[in-house]
Amino acid sequence: MSAKPILEKLAVLADAAKYDASCASSGTVRRDSTGTKGIGSTEGMGICHSYAPDGRCISLLKILLTNFCIYDCRFCINRASSNVERARFSPQEVVRLTLDFYKRNYIEGLFLSSGIIRSEDYTMEQLVEVARILREEHRFQGYIHLKTIAGADPGLVALAGLYADRLSTNVELPTDAGLSSFAPEKKPETIRKTMASVRVGESDAIEAAKSRLIGKAKPPRFAPAGQSTQMIVGADAARDDDILKTATNLYSGYQLRRVYYSAYSPIPDASRDLPPVRPPLMREHRLYQADWLLRFYGFERAEIMEGASGGMLDLAIDPKLAWALMRRDVFPLDINRAPRELLLRVPGLGTKAVDRIVAARRLGKFRLGDLAKLTASVKKVLPFIVTPDWRPGKLTDSADLRARFAPPAEQLALAL
Amino acid sequence: MKEVVLKTPGDFAEWRSAARGLLAGGVAPEDVSWRGSEEGASLFGDEIGSAPAGQLSLPRELVEIADRVICHRDAEVPGRLYRIVWRALHDRHLLARTTDPEVDWLRKADKAIRRDVHKMHAFVRFRRLGEEDGRESFAAWFEPSHRILRLTAPFFQRRFYGMDWAIVTPDARAIWQDEMLSYGPGGTKDEVPDSDVVEDQWRTYYGAIFNPARVKIEAMRAEMPKKYWRNLPEAQDIAPLIAGAEARVERMREAAVSMANPLTGKWRTRVQDELTLGDEIETLADLAKAVDRCTRCPLHCNATQAVAGEGPGAAKIMLVGEQPGDREDLEGKPFVGPAGQLLNEVLYDAGLERRRLFLTNAVKHFKFEPRGKRRLHQNPTTAEIDVCRWWLDKERALVQPDIIVTLGASALRGVTGKSASIKSMRGAVHELEGGTKLIATIHPSFLLRLPDRERAAKERELFVADLALARKLAA
Repeated sequence: MSAKPILEKLAVLADAAKYDASCASSGTVRRDSTGTKGIGSTEGMGICHSYAPDGRCISLLKILLTNFCIYDCRFCINRASSNVERARFSPQEVVRLTLDFYKRNYIEGLFLSSGIIRSEDYTMEQLVEVARILREEHRFQGYIHLKTIAGADPGLVALAGLYADRLSTNVELPTDAGLSSFAPEKKPETIRKTMASVRVGESDAIEAAKSRLIGKAKPPRFAPAGQSTQMIVGADAARDDDILKTATNLYSGYQLRRVYYSAYSPIPDASRDLPPVRPPLMREHRLYQADWLLRFYGFERAEIMEGASGGMLDLAIDPKLAWALMRRDVFPLDINRAPRELLLRVPGLGTKAVDRIVAARRLGKFRLGDLAKLTASVKKVLPFIVTPDWRPGKLTDSADLRARFAPPAEQLALAL
Repeated sequence: MKEVVLKTPGDFAEWRSAARGLLAGGVAPEDVSWRGSEEGASLFGDEIGSAPAGQLSLPRELVEIADRVICHRDAEVPGRLYRIVWRALHDRHLLARTTDPEVDWLRKADKAIRRDVHKMHAFVRFRRLGEEDGRESFAAWFEPSHRILRLTAPFFQRRFYGMDWAIVTPDARAIWQDEMLSYGPGGTKDEVPDSDVVEDQWRTYYGAIFNPARVKIEAMRAEMPKKYWRNLPEAQDIAPLIAGAEARVERMREAAVSMANPLTGKWRTRVQDELTLGDEIETLADLAKAVDRCTRCPLHCNATQAVAGEGPGAAKIMLVGEQPGDREDLEGKPFVGPAGQLLNEVLYDAGLERRRLFLTNAVKHFKFEPRGKRRLHQNPTTAEIDVCRWWLDKERALVQPDIIVTLGASALRGVTGKSASIKSMRGAVHELEGGTKLIATIHPSFLLRLPDRERAAKERELFVADLALARKLAA
């Protein structure tokens, strides 16, 4: 296996990593290579260096150290019983690839994950070793995201946090029951414990930074871009409500920066009981929108679910609009007087538009004509607002309001 | 009508000095015409003269925006910028008038420039020239939409400090060599190598990381417009990848399902062994393992882990709290959060050593309500306490303490199985079945919640007295 040329290994081990939704390189500290013989910088905001035909950005070299795995999770292409072609990189090879790509400005850094070989601790050690070589031997200042191996020793997780910008532990499936049935060797409580140890590492580092004596060296940072997770959507029977319930628990419990939702896409050599269908991309999109409402718009999960039915988000319209249509008692809002928190609930107005409205109305009355400069979706906003020169009248309560926004129903193809 | 000819289009310093001169002379925007000079001669330059710096005060944000927007290729830009600056001198809030047409134009132009800068940071592709004394050198050809090289070069300097590089654009070039950044004239594509040794690896990666089951061409093109494609080595693979996607997905669907690998069976047995371990609870360690897999009530679904009791197996005094909090849930240990810190202080005052006590809780899993970034503690129900008594009884049986101190009402319920008020039981020593002594007192978090400092001090004294009583009994 070590005789396999680097190009072939790269093809196998990047292919195996393509199901991971995250490629973000944002949210870390600023640092750069000024004054060093090394290379690398992080600008706080991530940079997408390319885009794949699946519409997803390429920011990091996202690969597995190896796709050998002793686990047999049925949704995973790398499970022990799969016939997929196997390969394994040495830590040095990953370091070489990362630096070669980085110097040509192809990538922002590395996102390294791995199948589990020998044991959780051994695998985690190998991942940490790659990050250590990059940081210590090559003074690499770029972004590093390491996948933590659930069940690995907390000491190794703590070490990983010293080298990596971000750590992530995948919860894999939205519910414990789903996980137990699809990944019999993975234990939900082990995954949560590993997330908890990252959280404890973070808060200890923050405490240490606060209580340091003046003049003493800065205590080392711990995963400054925080931790994230991913769950697969559409492989099991979990409803959107279950998914968002899990997400809110994770955000509040482990202070996650991001929860990634990955529409289950068919894998080669899949188990028979997994859907061989096209990935539910629209469902994934609606979940991201709902997630956004949780994190930036002050919505609670229960509120978002007011616009859902049977625990599933509306696929035809976005969750904020769906909520507004159910809660018409809140509207219309006077755009010149409504508080920011309520303006954020107007369909079609994003955080930036709301901030600009709040800034502009201090200097004079905000009129309908001004709205066009702030949002592309004026039509969507109209039923929900009042300006000195606009009143929605009966529009807000009209029965066909949903039909104005939902795409026309398509006639279903009849099965023969 | 005054005419200003700018020698170097996109040069902020030149525009600024011209604008300062005009402003000092009180020249209204409608009385100036701005144009770029092909032949590089300024017809006007000195005539305006430059006003001393600092005399004209403009909002910092406007200066920063102007510095960027001057790079815009639109020939109207120098004049429009001058008009906005002219207005800003008389209107301090101009930039906040987001609905003003000129401010709107400025914001949009600025956005276009910032986007172009961002895309240049992303899409420059270096090719290796060689290596000398261990220092590698690279070159790139790039065609930005606007004249933004000056805005982007510092980024590449910060990022690629430890190597030499040059970026050539049609308008200008930036060179980083021997830790010095310099600029030169524009160039052509053939000054830069047309391939690189690792380009094959990069294209292999690009082809492999794409998931053929989720083709979204529009999303790709929105972020990576076609105008950039000709200088991106991976872009030549886009069409064939899209064309082959459907067939790849089809092959995946048709692939036969493989038989289970015999190795998996072996692994399974090991995992199964681990799962069945701990069914026999003979020690506190067995108990800790077993309680972590407890599913007797729904609380286990959201908590990180069960928190078993902690302390010497032969402790004389057992302290029973309510349930783990946020920090206890993360660390898997009892009384390590704020209430635990307070408890430590109170134990010290009462003359008790924490390491000699057995500390546990009536309920082993954290119960909470997620609220934004926090988890709000929720009291356990009597049903939850009663279900969890099974574990507490096991702990009591293993430790066999002489004295049990219950902290709070939930703990009292957990130990006695009955709801009683702490008030009615406090200050006395009660006897449990089997002769164990019981002292009922408050939970330390009660003290944390008291807003009245005087009352909190009083309550704390009572709490210390209760614990001191336990110490006396144990002696």
